[in-house]
Amino acid sequence: MINAIQTENLGRIYKIRGNKKSEEKQLIALNDVNLEVQPGELFGLLGPNGAGKTTLIKILTTLLAPTTGKAFVAGFDVSRDANKIRQRINMVSGGETSGYGLLTVRENLWMFTQFYGIPSKLANQRIKELLEIVGLADRMNYKSSDLSTGLRQKMNIVRGFMTDPQVLFLDEPTLGLDVGASREVRHFIRGWVDHDPTRTILLTTHYMVEADELCDRVAIINKGRVLAIDTPENLKRSLQREAIYRIEVSPLNGAGSIPFENLSGMHKIVHTEQDGFSVLEMILESDDTLSSVINLMTKENIHILNLQKREPTLEDVFVQLVGRSMEEEEQVSE
Amino acid sequence: MNAVIQTKIKKNTGWKLYLQTVIGRAYPRVIGQQREKSWIFFELFMPMLAICAYVFVYRAIGAPEEYIGFVVVGGAMTAFWLNVLWSMSSQLYWEKEQGNLSLYIIAPNSMMAILLGMALGGLFASLLRAIVIILLGSLLFNVTFTVSNFLQLFIVFTLTMIALYGMGMMTSSMFLLLSREAWHLASLAQEPVYLISGFYFPIKYLGFWLAIGASIIPLTLGLDAMRQLVFPSGATLGFLTVPVEIAILLMLSVLFLIGAYLLLRYMEKLAIQEGRLTENRR
Repeated sequence: MINAIQTENLGRIYKIRGNKKSEEKQLIALNDVNLEVQPGELFGLLGPNGAGKTTLIKILTTLLAPTTGKAFVAGFDVSRDANKIRQRINMVSGGETSGYGLLTVRENLWMFTQFYGIPSKLANQRIKELLEIVGLADRMNYKSSDLSTGLRQKMNIVRGFMTDPQVLFLDEPTLGLDVGASREVRHFIRGWVDHDPTRTILLTTHYMVEADELCDRVAIINKGRVLAIDTPENLKRSLQREAIYRIEVSPLNGAGSIPFENLSGMHKIVHTEQDGFSVLEMILESDDTLSSVINLMTKENIHILNLQKREPTLEDVFVQLVGRSMEEEEQVSE
Repeated sequence: MNAVIQTKIKKNTGWKLYLQTVIGRAYPRVIGQQREKSWIFFELFMPMLAICAYVFVYRAIGAPEEYIGFVVVGGAMTAFWLNVLWSMSSQLYWEKEQGNLSLYIIAPNSMMAILLGMALGGLFASLLRAIVIILLGSLLFNVTFTVSNFLQLFIVFTLTMIALYGMGMMTSSMFLLLSREAWHLASLAQEPVYLISGFYFPIKYLGFWLAIGASIIPLTLGLDAMRQLVFPSGATLGFLTVPVEIAILLMLSVLFLIGAYLLLRYMEKLAIQEGRLTENRR
């Protein structure tokens, strides 16, 4: 069977111009990426902002040429067969403002179907059907400029699905949406793939829950490199021998000086400050290590407000792989 | 590697796809632009003010009455110039900013069809504005048109529009490549062209070489030829003969359309190589 998406040692380097020509720098956005996505899969790319997710999508959608390596979509080479790929794909990005505000929702969607050669009658029929599915049928004749962010994103989602692409690329599709709208969009995306085993979606996200809930397999990506690829369950299972604790404590002033990292059996610790308390997320070798943690806290006069043992999440997998939470990684990259 | 999975809904390809793309992209211009009623002020009232000013000046100095007609025709043609400048040349930049450009590129259509759709939609919308200006100007200032050759007039108008919108298609890629501040370039080009293209006076008074230089803007010769064909004394105030102007307009049409095609290909290539041109504000 031909892979829906395949990359072989794919790399992309951006040249960043400084004020002077001699100041040109290079930014490695993708480095030696190898992926195989089967038809029928909902495949997630999970990583912080700046990890290289959008660059990968741009290459796969023929918007950007790779610097090294190869990439294939529906069996076609992105560098040589761009037009054949374009007949089979579509893309939706989170927070996009595509289309024209003066046109109605129906008119905007119709316009985009014309660029794919869908006959008008069929296009109008599909617009109606899809808008009903996403609960936007009553706004069909509203100007798109009058839609809220959530409704506009639903319109964008419909635009992507309108053309019945063989491979659909969704770049942070729920970015900026409220919880309810995100849930509806996720439900729709999952249903679309499940409905036909030949459909494939590559979805990028930096929301762990989204990747966990939606994706058949996930690639964790950071600084242009793929660190792990597996099902969300298998990725989390890799941490199940360890014990994961979330401990809320009295505010830690100068937490860096408290040597939690040096404790035997402490694999990873992430410290965040909340309003009036501190949170320590810990991956311990086993439950036995917890006693050493509590002893140290007692010695340092740190009061435990809440202690919770929890199941591993994809965030923990990321922390285990990178050594920092996704949020910390974004801050470091900036 | 060959694809084995076919998409399941019927999609047109080839010339049908090209035509659908042209119509699809023209639609926002033809329908959408009419919904923003501010055009009545900016595209009818403002040119009418300029026309009035020139008419009163010409009447005050006792200029021949044909000059009033010249001004009305010139004023009507500003609709096309403003449209080409603000809705063609700057358009790919706006499309990029809005996030449409990348969607246009990844669709299986021709980008030339997108540009052609923009041009035809803009041409249609501007034609409505130009007709209203001609009618209003004629009624207000009692202008009489006497067409000496309808066929030539049709050819001149058609070629002027092809060359003008071809230039707009070409400059849209150029503006996108040159600068993020496309509207500054558009502002810079707006007023000088009113002068050098003779929107409100016969171009022959600019002097031969300056008028020849200004002829690179298709409206210069187009306006001159149209005035020669619709006013009895137009020929005496014309710059070159109508057949010569038609020949030059034909050359400009071909030149600008080929230029548009080549620049668009270059822009697409650059976009894919560098990835900068498909970034939007998000």
